[in-house]
Amino acid sequence: MTTVSATTTRTVEPDRRLPALGGFCLGVLRIELRRVLRNRRTLAFTLIMPGVFFLIFGLPQGGQSLGNGRPVTAYVMISLAVYAAMVATTSVGGAVATERALGWSRQLRLTPLRPIAYVATKLATAMTLGLLAVVVEFLVGAAAGVRVPAYVWLLSGLAAWVGSLVFAAFGLFVGYLVPAENVMQIIGPMLAVLAMFGGLFVPVEVLPDVLQQVAKFTPVYGVGVLARAPLTGDGVSVAGVANMVCWALVFGIGAARLFRRDTARV
Amino acid sequence: MTSTHPAVELDGLTKSFGALTAVDGLSLRVRPGEVVAFLGPNGAGKTTTIDMLLGLARPDAGTVRILGGTPDDAVAHGRVAAVLQTGGLLKDLTVGETVEMSSHFYRHTRPVAEVLERAGIADIAGRVVGRCSGGQQQRLRFALALLPDPDLMVLDEPTTGMDVEGRRDFWQALRRDARAGRTVIFATHYLDEADAYADRIVLVRQGRIVADGTTAEIKNLAAGRTVRATLPGADQAALAALPGVDAVEVRGDSVLVRTGDSDALARHLLTRTAARDVEITSRNLEDAFLALTTAQTGA
Repeated sequence: MTTVSATTTRTVEPDRRLPALGGFCLGVLRIELRRVLRNRRTLAFTLIMPGVFFLIFGLPQGGQSLGNGRPVTAYVMISLAVYAAMVATTSVGGAVATERALGWSRQLRLTPLRPIAYVATKLATAMTLGLLAVVVEFLVGAAAGVRVPAYVWLLSGLAAWVGSLVFAAFGLFVGYLVPAENVMQIIGPMLAVLAMFGGLFVPVEVLPDVLQQVAKFTPVYGVGVLARAPLTGDGVSVAGVANMVCWALVFGIGAARLFRRDTARV
Repeated sequence: MTSTHPAVELDGLTKSFGALTAVDGLSLRVRPGEVVAFLGPNGAGKTTTIDMLLGLARPDAGTVRILGGTPDDAVAHGRVAAVLQTGGLLKDLTVGETVEMSSHFYRHTRPVAEVLERAGIADIAGRVVGRCSGGQQQRLRFALALLPDPDLMVLDEPTTGMDVEGRRDFWQALRRDARAGRTVIFATHYLDEADAYADRIVLVRQGRIVADGTTAEIKNLAAGRTVRATLPGADQAALAALPGVDAVEVRGDSVLVRTGDSDALARHLLTRTAARDVEITSRNLEDAFLALTTAQTGA
């Protein structure tokens, strides 16, 4: 090494132990969130657009009531909260496609980070953004005069948020399926169609009968029904729960299989 | 470095893609602390070998040991780090965020600020990666590789696509960082880089090692001259014993001698023997590189 001068000599062997939790930690989550919140496109579609939708489509129905006397505006607000959360979680999950296309996942394979910790970070980021989306939508609703009992805010919000886990899995599934940088341009329109079938833009009941039957088997339907149940007083329907669990399994297992294929050696 | 294991042990490594054999029974042993250049033309199998070395690709046959363990173990414990040719960075993070995020993937790393400083990118820590030049992105990859303070650093054509200034800055950064004991393996197709930065050069062609020696040996192999003379009944052993002589070959009445001191040999031949028709031809490093790494036609 005649041309290379040794500037430092290591005296202590570095701590070579494996990272705790496979490398999953709050520090990474913080950077991931900062990153997501810097993305104008994500902000527009998850935090701003659903709120604007409420002001355009929900507010004009002010004063109208559901069968049980609760305001229609609350029905619209909760539906749009589900929509905001599902777009939020899908976009974070789908970002995996971008990272694969950029070769970041290959870079990660040269670090001790466990692939499962990477996915856990994505899920945690997705669910945090999903929660934020629900809260923002509810704040817009509350500011615009929506008044419902506290338990409705809480349970509907919780259902919208937890239900969006299905779409975090959906996002990961698509993210591992297509290696494209602009995956959200493919997913965005799909989400809009699914949201329509799930009764998030208009009640499913106004759709033609055949479509109503089809709608019950689409992925957004279950989440929508469950999130509105505290408001409508319909109770927790078996069909709704079954729908949500089934789709969560389909997307979760699908994502897991693709994930294993992705991390396998060539 | 108290480890008694070789830094790298490749044994009979083979990898094919369809009909193409990218790496063909390659074996290599690298001692801790060596700085090895993996030199060869494009398509020689350098990147495939490095992918297998790092555990990114699975060999069809053969084994890889890094510091006595598997590549996966070495990666998981931060003993090996790499700078790969392309990709691998998130465009929407800043330089500083990228290093900070990666630091969380290890139990313990060098401080982020120190790593940025050593890679020469402390001044652009706040810049978004997508707006960094190719050279800056490459130094960021280098910074990421420095984080775990690895025992083995692998670089795959680290300066490809950089301009002269970028290449110089990159090697300066690597040089600044060099510390006694760290093993470095870098692939390159630039002769001058291998010459300037390696202790040892491994020449590869078509997935095989065609020459392996210290930089001085390879240069000697390349820079030596060939002396040819007509000398019936040449005393091969006597010629081989002369100073500077590397190889002696007798072909009928002709003798071909490869030597580092062609003057002394020519003087000897002309004054002490009956040699005539003495021809001296030189080969430079470039010639040797081409001769050793170019596919033989009709082979």
